[in-house]
Amino acid sequence: MSFWRNAKVLGIAAQVVVILLVIAILAFFGDNLIYNFQLRGLSFGFDFLQDSASFPIGTSLIDYDPSNSYLRAIIVGLLNSLIVMVVGIIVATILGVAIGIGRLSDNWLVKQIATVYIEIFRNTPLLLQLFFWYSIFLQLPTSKDPIVIPGSIFLSNQGLFFPWPAFDPVTWLALTLIILSIISAPILWRRRKLAIELTKSSPDNLPLRDRKEQLTILLITAIAVPLIVFFVLDWQFPNFDRDLGLIAGGANLSLEITTLIFGLAIYTGAFIAEVVRAGITSVSKGQWEAARSLGLKANLVMQLIIFPQALRVMIPPLTSEYLNLAKNSSLATAIGYPDIYSISFNISEQTGRSLEILLIVMASYLSVNLIISVAMNLFNKQVQIKER
Amino acid sequence: MKKIKLLTKYSSLLLIIGVLTFLGACRSRETQSTNSPSTVQTNNSRLNIIKERGKLICGVSGKLPGFSFVNQNGEYSGLDVDICRAVAAALFDDPTKVEFRNVSIQERFNALKTGEIDLLSRNATWTLSRDTDVGLEFAPVVFYDGQGMMVAKDSGISKLEDLRGRTICVKTGTTTLQNLADKMRKIDVAYTPLAIGDEDQLYNAFLQGRCQAITSDRSQLVGRRSNFPDPEDSVILDLILSKEPLAPAVVPGDPQWIDAVRWTVFALIQAEEFEITSENLGSFASTTDPTIKRFLGQEGSLGKNMGLTNDFAARIVKHVGNYGEIYDRNIGKPFDLDRNLNQTWSDGGLLYSPPFR
Repeated sequence: MSFWRNAKVLGIAAQVVVILLVIAILAFFGDNLIYNFQLRGLSFGFDFLQDSASFPIGTSLIDYDPSNSYLRAIIVGLLNSLIVMVVGIIVATILGVAIGIGRLSDNWLVKQIATVYIEIFRNTPLLLQLFFWYSIFLQLPTSKDPIVIPGSIFLSNQGLFFPWPAFDPVTWLALTLIILSIISAPILWRRRKLAIELTKSSPDNLPLRDRKEQLTILLITAIAVPLIVFFVLDWQFPNFDRDLGLIAGGANLSLEITTLIFGLAIYTGAFIAEVVRAGITSVSKGQWEAARSLGLKANLVMQLIIFPQALRVMIPPLTSEYLNLAKNSSLATAIGYPDIYSISFNISEQTGRSLEILLIVMASYLSVNLIISVAMNLFNKQVQIKER
Repeated sequence: MKKIKLLTKYSSLLLIIGVLTFLGACRSRETQSTNSPSTVQTNNSRLNIIKERGKLICGVSGKLPGFSFVNQNGEYSGLDVDICRAVAAALFDDPTKVEFRNVSIQERFNALKTGEIDLLSRNATWTLSRDTDVGLEFAPVVFYDGQGMMVAKDSGISKLEDLRGRTICVKTGTTTLQNLADKMRKIDVAYTPLAIGDEDQLYNAFLQGRCQAITSDRSQLVGRRSNFPDPEDSVILDLILSKEPLAPAVVPGDPQWIDAVRWTVFALIQAEEFEITSENLGSFASTTDPTIKRFLGQEGSLGKNMGLTNDFAARIVKHVGNYGEIYDRNIGKPFDLDRNLNQTWSDGGLLYSPPFR
């Protein structure tokens, strides 16, 4: 039999042709790029990242001033983007789960509200929504006459000013302690409960040593944390100068970051709600009935039986919603929030290095999204049925 | 076994052929382009492309009263727009043979570099890095501007130091942002910049009190303020943060085309110096002054040597007037802005045309 009539050979040949074609296309574009660079006398390189950026950035998590390098400006932008993504994902998830469950509620009003919310926010462009929220938030009183909330909190169209501890070593130490105790307290509590269950007796019958030890730690934590919060931390309070119409000090959430997180969470929340609804409806009705017949209350049925099973179906589509949110955060540029996209655009305007900047921005979004994907895949593995 | 061997032979052969073809293709194009870049470029000068097309494609802002603004009927007006019309008049003896394209700040340089527009007349500041790094070729300055600062009248802000702790609205991707940073660093005043790309959004944020000051070229502030609901509520501070020479730009490496644009701008300035206006142009038909005769193309062949017609300057003046007329029509009268630096050198300004000789 001649080789061109052999299915195996033909199959491999086809693959070779496809690979060659892909190489050809890539080579064509690459060659085109090099050709055009040569034609215009442009050079390619990332040396310019060391040059001084010489432009200001409104919001920055790390120290930045215009004499810093372009690289640092990009990092500032990346951090600004990351914070929006992380907070946005958390808020969107909470909102989405609540609305998604609400849509399946037996309560007519709750169901209608959830439906209207989903339909409105899922079916209008995000950019439009951002402009809408921004124009609404702009209607807040100006800094001349802010809304004062007890506890030195000022709300105006400059954003939200609130007290915040100063960043010094004591603060960091205190914060570490607080976080440690917040993590350790539930663990200790659970161990205690487990011990009680194991001995099948009241807490009084526990071995004395355990009882004392655990209770003391819990007590110390309960007393120490508020003490640290109130007395050790060096709180910086924003103050308001009525004559100048100026609020200064403390921490502030600018109007732009608030709008962005709010807009992204509301938009993505609508999609997540549908994912949640799909997940819950995918759990067979028998599970509901079985759980109810065991005497579990409706909220416990959802919490213990239905939701854990729905989670398995929900995670893959949820991942893509998270990825969308991360990418949509680049719309920040429209409302003046200095995210990585808007800062990079500014640099590319300033230096003319559009290709290099484009590659950096692409690489940044790609790595962030790959990290989200990997994390969600790990989580997915956790909640899948363990088959033996 | 035999078949697989045959296949590997075959596929590697294919691969080699493929790679060789590509290398060959690349090589051949490279040699072609290095052999005759000059001849290719002069034949394909933008000037000839535009003449063949029969109209000029000009990139403008479209959102800036006084420079380029589209009214409700879709008609363009402004200084930048009239520069485009002057070039069209020089080329076609018809100022309407221009297609205006609104380009945003983000798009403007790329639109030019990719050839989507022939000429960028969009109040761009001429700077060294734009000339070299960004890669543009600037025509002569058509408007000497300076960066200013606008605040609300009742804000009590009168100097840059008063802006400590305030928010300042500024456009992204412009020299304005860097100038602000430089100036504030020099006087060591901490402030918060709010950088927005879209002009409408930016001025809206200022009007809503999101930022206490807005900085941009003074001419833009004046133009924008005229469109505010209450123009009197905002004041432009009496200070200048930077030099902003605004100039049209084209793609570098095309001497014929940049010359045409350059001398069109000079013709506008020279016409004012000669006091030739669109109204009195007829009276110069029988002039005896040899320099004016040469300028209007009645003598010599200045225009023809550039690839234009000899009477290109006369065409420009006939259709759009001289520089002074353009200024008064678009900026002087509507906004009551003094000409200051934007007068001819003979009146104490900076406008100076090399001789038409």
